[in-house]
Amino acid sequence: MSDDAAGRAGSDDTVGRAGSGDAVGRAHPRLEGPEKVTGTARYAVEYPVDGVTYGWAVPSAVVRGRITRVDTAAALASPGVLAVLHHGNAPRLAPGPERELWLLQEPAVHYRGQYVAVVVATSLEAAREGARLVRIDYDAGPHSTVLTDDHPGLYKPDHVNPSYPADTAEGDFDAGYAAAPVRVDTTYRTPAYHNNPMEPHATTAHWHDGRLLVHDSTQGTSSVRATLAELFELPPESIRVVAEHVGGGFGSKGYAKAPVVLAALAARHVDRPVRLALTRQQLFGPIGYRTPTIQRVRLAADTDGRLTAICHDAISQTSTIREFAEQTAVYTRSMYAAPHRRTTHRLVRLDVPTPFWMRAPGECPGAYALESAVDELAIAAGIDPVELRVRNDTAVDPDQGRPFTSRNLVGCLREGARRFGWADRNPSPRSRRDGRWLIGTGVAGSSYPARARPSSATATARPDGGFLVRINATDIGTGARTAIWQVAADALGVPPERVEIRIGDSDLPTAPVAGGSMGTASWSWAVVRACQSLREKLRDSPGEVTAEADTTDEVGNQPARPRYAYGAQFVEVRVDVDTGEVRLNRMLGVFAAGRVVNPTTARSQLIGGMTMGLSMALHEEGLLDERYGDWVNHDLATYHITGCADVESVEAYWLDEQDDELNPAGVKGLGEIGIVGTAAAVANAVHHATGVRVRDLPIRLDKLIGVSSLA
Amino acid sequence: MRAFRYHRPADVADAVALLGAEPQAAYLGGGTNLVDLMKLGVQRPDVLVDLTRLPLDTVEELPDGGLRIGATVRNSDLAAHPAVRRDYPVLARALLAAASGQLRNMATTGGNLLQRTRCVYFQDTGKACNKREPGSGCAARHGQNRDLAVLDWSEQCVATHPSDLAVALTALDAVVQVHETDGPRDIPITALYRSPGTHPERETTMARGTLITAVRLPPLPAARRSTYLKVRDRASFAFAAGSVAAVLDLDGDLVRDVRLAYGAVAHRPWRAYRAEQELRGHPFSPALAARAADAELAEARPLRHNGFKLPLTRAITVRALTELAAS
Ligand SMILES: Cc1cc2nc3c(=O)[nH]c(=O)nc-3n(C[C@H](O)[C@H](O)[C@H](O)COP(=O)(O)OP(=O)(O)OC[C@H]3O[C@@H](n4cnc5c(N)ncnc54)[C@H](O)[C@@H]3O)c2cc1C
Ligand code: SF4
Repeated sequence: MSDDAAGRAGSDDTVGRAGSGDAVGRAHPRLEGPEKVTGTARYAVEYPVDGVTYGWAVPSAVVRGRITRVDTAAALASPGVLAVLHHGNAPRLAPGPERELWLLQEPAVHYRGQYVAVVVATSLEAAREGARLVRIDYDAGPHSTVLTDDHPGLYKPDHVNPSYPADTAEGDFDAGYAAAPVRVDTTYRTPAYHNNPMEPHATTAHWHDGRLLVHDSTQGTSSVRATLAELFELPPESIRVVAEHVGGGFGSKGYAKAPVVLAALAARHVDRPVRLALTRQQLFGPIGYRTPTIQRVRLAADTDGRLTAICHDAISQTSTIREFAEQTAVYTRSMYAAPHRRTTHRLVRLDVPTPFWMRAPGECPGAYALESAVDELAIAAGIDPVELRVRNDTAVDPDQGRPFTSRNLVGCLREGARRFGWADRNPSPRSRRDGRWLIGTGVAGSSYPARARPSSATATARPDGGFLVRINATDIGTGARTAIWQVAADALGVPPERVEIRIGDSDLPTAPVAGGSMGTASWSWAVVRACQSLREKLRDSPGEVTAEADTTDEVGNQPARPRYAYGAQFVEVRVDVDTGEVRLNRMLGVFAAGRVVNPTTARSQLIGGMTMGLSMALHEEGLLDERYGDWVNHDLATYHITGCADVESVEAYWLDEQDDELNPAGVKGLGEIGIVGTAAAVANAVHHATGVRVRDLPIRLDKLIGVSSLA
Repeated sequence: MRAFRYHRPADVADAVALLGAEPQAAYLGGGTNLVDLMKLGVQRPDVLVDLTRLPLDTVEELPDGGLRIGATVRNSDLAAHPAVRRDYPVLARALLAAASGQLRNMATTGGNLLQRTRCVYFQDTGKACNKREPGSGCAARHGQNRDLAVLDWSEQCVATHPSDLAVALTALDAVVQVHETDGPRDIPITALYRSPGTHPERETTMARGTLITAVRLPPLPAARRSTYLKVRDRASFAFAAGSVAAVLDLDGDLVRDVRLAYGAVAHRPWRAYRAEQELRGHPFSPALAARAADAELAEARPLRHNGFKLPLTRAITVRALTELAAS
């Protein structure tokens, strides 16, 4: 299917940049693959622990209000139940900044599903039965849980994630828009999307002599340790958080979540180890979700399709206890150039769980809107959508006014168009039919920031000629461990077999979370520096030597430049003329993401991202019931995620890209770029097939049924 | 989860006697539905009577040309059975369009017929549901009801029956063989399920404790020309957004006989008698099929989110019959 040759060809030129070996750029299966497929890799609640007990989290049954009474008698009388923790008896936590994690501390309820009690028992089943028997009375107030574009609570946040201004403006958008011959003014809506990693959020916690050990399913144990230290008012050294294997996260495990806090509280309360895992149903809400959005996009262009004015107004939601301001329109600030530009973000505080990161937060929903609008503009201007994007390419970031370190959007579009066979496309909608199927193709551009964060690492030379590299990176299933191993081997200039990697433990040198597509960039930076320093030390004094590295200064001093990965997704769909069913014939992406360390795992990330984008376009939707204030389709039988049968063909390729202004390994990160434009490419293909533009995701059959008589 | 006792009887009379003696006992087939509901607290039996050791796991070709399917025959075995594939393709297709390979390997014939609705409110003990808790209200009536009924619902319940197998069996006029405390009985499948009415918690006409022992298919040579069309929100592993089981017997272009049943539209698998009547004795055409579907759906009352089920059911009726007519 995909030819890894594209990746290999890319890496040949760049071999040895970080060191002298040739491990980087070579396809390699995951180091822990055999453990995973034989079931010996241990996840957070699979470690054998003497005297372990089981915790079951009890969610609130009201949306907003106060607990007036907790009756634990029936639960405590139930066989096997050891304790019921609630705000009246749970150990105290410091009221830190993470209000969401200040659990079982107060009678206030801020959203439905908030954890208000934990039952601890000698078996999982007994804990679950105990949870059913806990009686909680509430004094419930009125609530508001639905995002609308005229909600009275709409406000402008101070900034959007992580620290962008909420609004930007350049030139005079209104005048530029009014004066242009070609214009598009459309509004797109996306629903709530729920992260469903295979492994739910789960923790085993034990206290021993005032020290806390947790096995947690997280994307970063250093940050979990810091949060626990704050909440439990402990020195960080007395806490150890381990996450050797993690069954996915997609951002939802990007920092400490309720289970780790509840398990630690419960373990302290019963003075025994506690295991606590969320159920599938419990993943829909309290762990965060992608906020619904309402996005108005206005584009104006001259008759050649050159953009003259761009405006993107994004509305999303947050909770009443924490501001989470998704950076939905930030994508639009740097993607295409135009003299007149404006972006705005507005938020509403609703009585809902706080939204959180989900693969490419901001970029993904934002690109769905912008790349759809660009397609609509191309049609309005009568210009091919690939060509229109090429015409609006820019070497200088329109937002920062500085040149990009590298920008290969055009390369991705051209190479994608060639491989996909775009040139043969008849631009008219509904121009292809095969029996009952209308067939259409669509394209979208994609970009994602290439960032890095400070990290530390150590490298040790062992007397037997082997090397040990220690860094608190986390492998959430992406192949991070393997990539670090390849980078380390090259940096040391030794065959990889002589290198051992240790990750996933907060006792290791501190490193940032696996998130924001910056894991490999950040970790490999520290690893390369530690290995280089070790080589120097070894020159002076061979033997058992350890070198340390901390990239805080180096990363901090890096010149401010716009750094981005790019991509282009091409999609072909078929739509049943009678039933409106949409099926994917094929999708193909071409990406420019710097150096590719491991083609095998890189390809998995890219096709995984694209598949998740397909899922967003066609299948996923959290259905909120306003009366209850929660999502009612909270399992995988009713919240549909794209299945294998939906992905008939997916291919990912990458360009040979060398960018010396990134990081020592020359990587941009590719965990998120795959998803970014995919939903727009699918929506654009559906329009091309049918002539119907569905502007609210997902594009389900009820929106296209009887398409034979629509359009 | 409530603690339960577990029995695995080896004969039918013992199984029925166990259920008669234990007011909160439940039969366990493959467990793919019941165990989920037990975890969720929706069903709370204190005794499980596992049926999988009963001698009910064979498919028997009957002298009259029909078929007897044991209640514990697994869905995947039934779908693969040569007689089913040859004589009742509608049945094999309905089975294979359901759930996933792993689930079909576990799911039994009896359990499939008696699986509970997938109404999301039914499955959540935090929400009002008359079927789960009589008198508590129906949250779906004015809630998220895209997946629910368009025909024959009541203010008390708008749920649909989720089984694909049951739709095919309804088109085939299958007979459900049951064993009650006082012996065996036959129930036509068209008389097995109830409308929701004011008692949606009563789903079948069987008394509590009744064991399904087999399903008998009457001979129906016309069923060699039969099919099952299912439309769903993704390509596999999803319940029907709409489905139709169809048998068509043509004499030249004249419809000599036709059997039609719909899934995903009502509290029970929906036999489309009216549509059949419109078709029977007339020269077949897609337009006639469309008129027949319209006649069947004339009394439909779509809910807030599921109006699409009418054009969808109509479209697949036309498609299924047209395909059969051309085959
Ligand atoms: C994710 C998912 C997707 C699915 N998709 C589909 C689908 O697309 N289409 C579809 O049709 N089904 C689908 N199913 C449902 C599946 O077909 C049923 O769960 C299965 O058929 C039930 O059979 P079982 O033997 O496991 O029943 P069990 O769970 O064992 O029992 C179900 C009920 O029947 C009772 N029972 C069982 N056997 C007998 C008997 N012989 N006599 C009397 N009572 C009995 C039990 O007491 C229980 O109340 C899906 C299920 C899941 C979990
Ligand atoms: S439709 Fe039926 S099953 Fe669903 S909530 Fe209403 S009563 Fe319960």
